[in-house]
Amino acid sequence: MKRVQFSSASLPYLYLLPQLAIIVVFFYWPSVQAIQSSFYLEDPFGFGSTFVGLDNYTDVLESSSYGEIARFTVVFTLLVTFLSLSLALLFAVKADAVLKGSSTYKTLLMWVYAIAPPVAGLMGVMFFDMHIGPFLEVARLVGWDFRIGLNYFDTAFAMVVISVWKQIPYNFIFFLSGLQAIPKSLREAGAIDCRSGFRRFWTITLPLLAPTAFFLLIINMTYALFDTFGIIDVVVKDKAANNPITLVYKVYMDGFRGGDLGGSSAQSVILMFVVFVLTIFQFRFIERRVHYN
Amino acid sequence: MAYRKIVAGAVAAAALLGASTATFAATEISWWHGMGGRNQEVINQIAEKFNASQDACHLTPLSKGTYEEALNSGIAAFRASEQPNILQVFDAGAATIINAKGAVIPAEDLIKNAGHDFNREDFIEGVRYFYADSDGKFIGMPFNSSAPIMYINDEAIKKAGVDAPKTWEEFEAIAPKLKEAGYIPLVQSQLTWEFTENFFSRHNLQFATNNNGYDSVKGTEILVNSPEHKMMYSKLKSWYDDGYFGYFGAGWSDNQKPFEENKVAFWIGSSGSFGGLQKSAQMPFSATFLPYWDSVEGAGTNTFIGGAALFAFNGKPKEENDCTASFFEFLTSAEVQFFWHKSTGYVPITKAAYKLAEESGYYQEVPQAEVGIKQLMLPGGEWSKGYRMGFYPQIREVMEREYNKIIAGETSVDDAMKTIEDEGNKLLERFAKTAG
Repeated sequence: MKRVQFSSASLPYLYLLPQLAIIVVFFYWPSVQAIQSSFYLEDPFGFGSTFVGLDNYTDVLESSSYGEIARFTVVFTLLVTFLSLSLALLFAVKADAVLKGSSTYKTLLMWVYAIAPPVAGLMGVMFFDMHIGPFLEVARLVGWDFRIGLNYFDTAFAMVVISVWKQIPYNFIFFLSGLQAIPKSLREAGAIDCRSGFRRFWTITLPLLAPTAFFLLIINMTYALFDTFGIIDVVVKDKAANNPITLVYKVYMDGFRGGDLGGSSAQSVILMFVVFVLTIFQFRFIERRVHYN
Repeated sequence: MAYRKIVAGAVAAAALLGASTATFAATEISWWHGMGGRNQEVINQIAEKFNASQDACHLTPLSKGTYEEALNSGIAAFRASEQPNILQVFDAGAATIINAKGAVIPAEDLIKNAGHDFNREDFIEGVRYFYADSDGKFIGMPFNSSAPIMYINDEAIKKAGVDAPKTWEEFEAIAPKLKEAGYIPLVQSQLTWEFTENFFSRHNLQFATNNNGYDSVKGTEILVNSPEHKMMYSKLKSWYDDGYFGYFGAGWSDNQKPFEENKVAFWIGSSGSFGGLQKSAQMPFSATFLPYWDSVEGAGTNTFIGGAALFAFNGKPKEENDCTASFFEFLTSAEVQFFWHKSTGYVPITKAAYKLAEESGYYQEVPQAEVGIKQLMLPGGEWSKGYRMGFYPQIREVMEREYNKIIAGETSVDDAMKTIEDEGNKLLERFAKTAG
């Protein structure tokens, strides 16, 4: 193999500089600031800050509400990730198998992705609205007294449904292109060897889709943890009360609305740590099972 | 070198131009607030009136979204030394800004330094203390002041053949009749403000130690876990179970809507809701004072002001501060107050403005508009002037969570109040550390 050499040793670093500068300014610098302020107790206006060691962390971890929010975040993330991945995969496989009018199906399944997240959230909220929501009518028919904003489970249900609905088209696009990248010859060979379509899917299609699925797994987890913020905000309508919220929303409530910078920084450091561990876990244990090419 | 000469000439010209515009242009001042919709339009109209009334100062108002967003934009800007001249801060955020010593110039000092007269007695009783220090000195300038009042669905009480209640005892007696007539007897829009903070005012009960928090941030404890307050919430829960009280979550408008749609007999809202209700209500309505428990001794005192006040940030040049002072003077003038009162439903904050509104015959035309100010002007008590607690927006969030749990049957009133007391006191302790 021919090795490409740069004429000057510093040139590659120069090319990397813009990217590195962006990462430093928008990621490392704020992270360092967050870690630093998590050890201080500060008044909102920044007149005085006192070093309090790990007090902010112990205060956060000892509060009962934080544990409850963390538990909900885990359940929510798993549910949203699992449902949006599996439903998107199902749709992709079915759409891939359609011969007639396939582009119509595909377009219909994809277009939701073009809606801006707050608009999607708003549409979802209207669907579940306690006064005008059509879903409530349906729920009433089966005897379900759906009380969004008051009943913890009902609000959580609405949040999961809206979040999954918003994410399916994105996953669908990736799964579909992944499916189309599987060589026809392989499928035909599989069809000769095995009659069960279900088994062919498990032994041939799914392993070949694994790189796509792994990529989507990470993206979807990040989506459920962080990007659902807007959906949660419109569902709880600015008043969390006893409704379920995720850890990111709690960081926002305490830091940006409550003015408790130290406590909220400690929370975001905890969150950063969790994501860090999760990413390492995914790359070390799950990616091993993924075969590229 | 010709090039150098040109540059020098250009610089000199620019300097001259700059100097000349500075002498002629009005001093620019900025005002960040947290109001949208109709109220924002009225604010813009007030700014236009101020700018037209004189030519030394030019005021630019800017909406920063909600109350919380306005406060936090103001704080962030102050930390970056980019603060506006005036910031609107809502009731729950008052402790945050007042305890940050040096962040703001007390409104009273600002006005006096600019050579204007200032007399606390010009303001109506109910608005005088909430944004003042414990000696009564005005730190913030009260602006949009409201009180929680009870709106009455005239059709509903006629149909049920009852009168609007003055006390909660009277309400309990007539609630079954209203339910029979097909109405939800009672809804409210913000439990924290209407059934906790103003509950303590209306019943003249102590809300927090250290003189309701006014005297010091150190060691202040919240007193929600009191028998009277617990009784109120036990009643609300049993009314909810009996169908006498409708509850649609912690959001304001979700609870207002059924009243507008003529499904509810009484709605506890803000005196500032009046302007909007006039357009949206599908039936004739009137208004009266927030009911109280006759059984609580000494009850029936006035409520404190809700809404928000204007604060003048520190670190601005003298001529800008003088402009801010002129604007405060303009804003509290009787004519501007009356205009604001009529356009939005917020109460007039000065006695002169109230008198002007009375004399104009406005209250004969729309008697509902007078209820809020009358309630604020009821005789006060030792504990009716309000509260001052740090991290209060977060304490409210704890209350909202626990109150929802009470109504949903996920916790008991005793446990909920204990939780609010514990978490509230922890937050107050944290705040005392940051402010100390």
